[in-house]
Amino acid sequence: MLNFINALPGAISQGLIWGIMAIGVYITYKILDIAYLTVDGSFCTGAAVFVVLYTTGTNLWIAMLASLLAGMLAGLATGILHTFCGIPAILAGILTQLGLWSINLAVMGMKANVAINVINAETLERLLVSLRFVQDVAKGTRPFWQHPIFVVGIFTVVIIAILYWFFGTELGAALRATGANGNMARAQGINTDMAKVLGLMISNALVALSGALLSQYQSFADSSMGKGAIVIGLAAVIIGEVLFSKIFRNFGLKLLAVSIGAVIYYVVIQAVVSLSGINTNYLKLISAIIVAVFLSVPYWKGKYFKKSAKKGGAQNA
Amino acid sequence: MLDIQNIRKTFNAGTVNEKRALNGVSLHLNEGDFVTVIGGNGAGKSTLLNAVAGVWPVDEGSITIGGVDVTRLPEYKRAKYIGRVFQDPMMGTAATMQIEENLALAARRGKSRTLRSGITKTEREEYREMLKILDLGLEDRMTTKVGLLSGGQRQALTLLMATLQKPQLLLLDEHTAALDPKTAAKVLDATEKIVGRDNLTTLMITHNMRDAIAHGNRLIMMYEGRIVVDVSGEEKQKLTVEQLLELFSKASGSDEADDKLLLG
Repeated sequence: MLNFINALPGAISQGLIWGIMAIGVYITYKILDIAYLTVDGSFCTGAAVFVVLYTTGTNLWIAMLASLLAGMLAGLATGILHTFCGIPAILAGILTQLGLWSINLAVMGMKANVAINVINAETLERLLVSLRFVQDVAKGTRPFWQHPIFVVGIFTVVIIAILYWFFGTELGAALRATGANGNMARAQGINTDMAKVLGLMISNALVALSGALLSQYQSFADSSMGKGAIVIGLAAVIIGEVLFSKIFRNFGLKLLAVSIGAVIYYVVIQAVVSLSGINTNYLKLISAIIVAVFLSVPYWKGKYFKKSAKKGGAQNA
Repeated sequence: MLDIQNIRKTFNAGTVNEKRALNGVSLHLNEGDFVTVIGGNGAGKSTLLNAVAGVWPVDEGSITIGGVDVTRLPEYKRAKYIGRVFQDPMMGTAATMQIEENLALAARRGKSRTLRSGITKTEREEYREMLKILDLGLEDRMTTKVGLLSGGQRQALTLLMATLQKPQLLLLDEHTAALDPKTAAKVLDATEKIVGRDNLTTLMITHNMRDAIAHGNRLIMMYEGRIVVDVSGEEKQKLTVEQLLELFSKASGSDEADDKLLLG
């Protein structure tokens, strides 16, 4: 039990970092109504680009911006395959993800992982987030505001604020309309293909940014670090929705729910690991089960406990 | 206003499901024409409207709206000239968005969408006034999600959206067919009001022959992908359902009118 409590700050930090990725997944899965798998690749792309640039002396913020742009390119590739080439979204995502595997390795100089040397105090000091900061704050050798929970929390709030603004603009509304009803969107003069590409770019930019933050946090990028990212993203989206859909009606709060969903997911995983001492190789199986359960709950609720009135069309995406 | 020259469209060409949906249709509409379109199932009525709207490209022929050749333009670009209401009430609105958001989307039809605010305060006031015309109490539910509205309310809203920015051409694809008679009458009434007010050039498909006769200044009947009857002016005003059936029999070359046509 003590083990679990000690591990809690780390689990929450990780959850918040993955929460940014999950917000990216929310944009495609919930707003654009597209299920795809690029994120498994673009998460690592963000991490790889960041670590390689940062360890070769690039400014931290510029390296993060580069990750963001790299993610956008991954989204652009998926978007073009999906709209311009007419490949179903799920397949377009799989193709991009497969291609990104090689690209990620190439970015990392054909190595499976690249590390940030955090033994070097100067390098460590310049990082925004690090696992070591969690320990330092606990020991009292570092002020609380350097705690990853605090730093990533601010990141999350800023991202939510920007997205809240964007989806309230004409362009953002066009994206929402595209996801809600493509027929209607085209009849109102919206270029739905463009809207989808733009949405995929924004989504993957966030995913890559999240990857960049995680690589800082764990001080390395690894070619397989994005494996199962989409599942974690979906888990966060669905946990957030199942738990908060009744109280969070506002769009900004819905995004916040996604972030909280990711945190809950990591806390649950941490609890399972610390309390049962299970072999961590079972984590992927546990993840799959958690997601399956949370995906089934809304379905069963609708099927066996039909209480509330049906709320129109594309609600049960 | 609208000029259709000999358009053809075949679906699933070269397969057993081959369907010649449009078989050389030519049609010219003057500004302010309100044309009702009737015909049996599979006659090509909806196909004609979809061809004009640009849902897919036609195989042959040309379509010109207000002097602009739109034959090669994609659907979203043609939307600049065209307002549409569909048969399915779910199709014309975004269920997960609010009433005012749907209207704001429609208000920007044919304009470039930028990072300006998606809806402004002055717009809200305008929309409130417009919703009053429908007489459905929607003006007090501006922030309600459209998915919570009834089919009739959604159709009325779609109609308002289609005409919010005065379109050069209004396409109504059996927009009252999925509604109960009372609501259908109400939506049709609103249609008449708006079309008359803005003097809109309109193509309206209907299954109901009485409606086809009662509304508009011209009536066309389709059969097997062609226009087989075209009456207007005084001749149309004096038309009766019986005469219409007779016209159909003559045009289609069969002794008895197609059952499918008798739905009205």
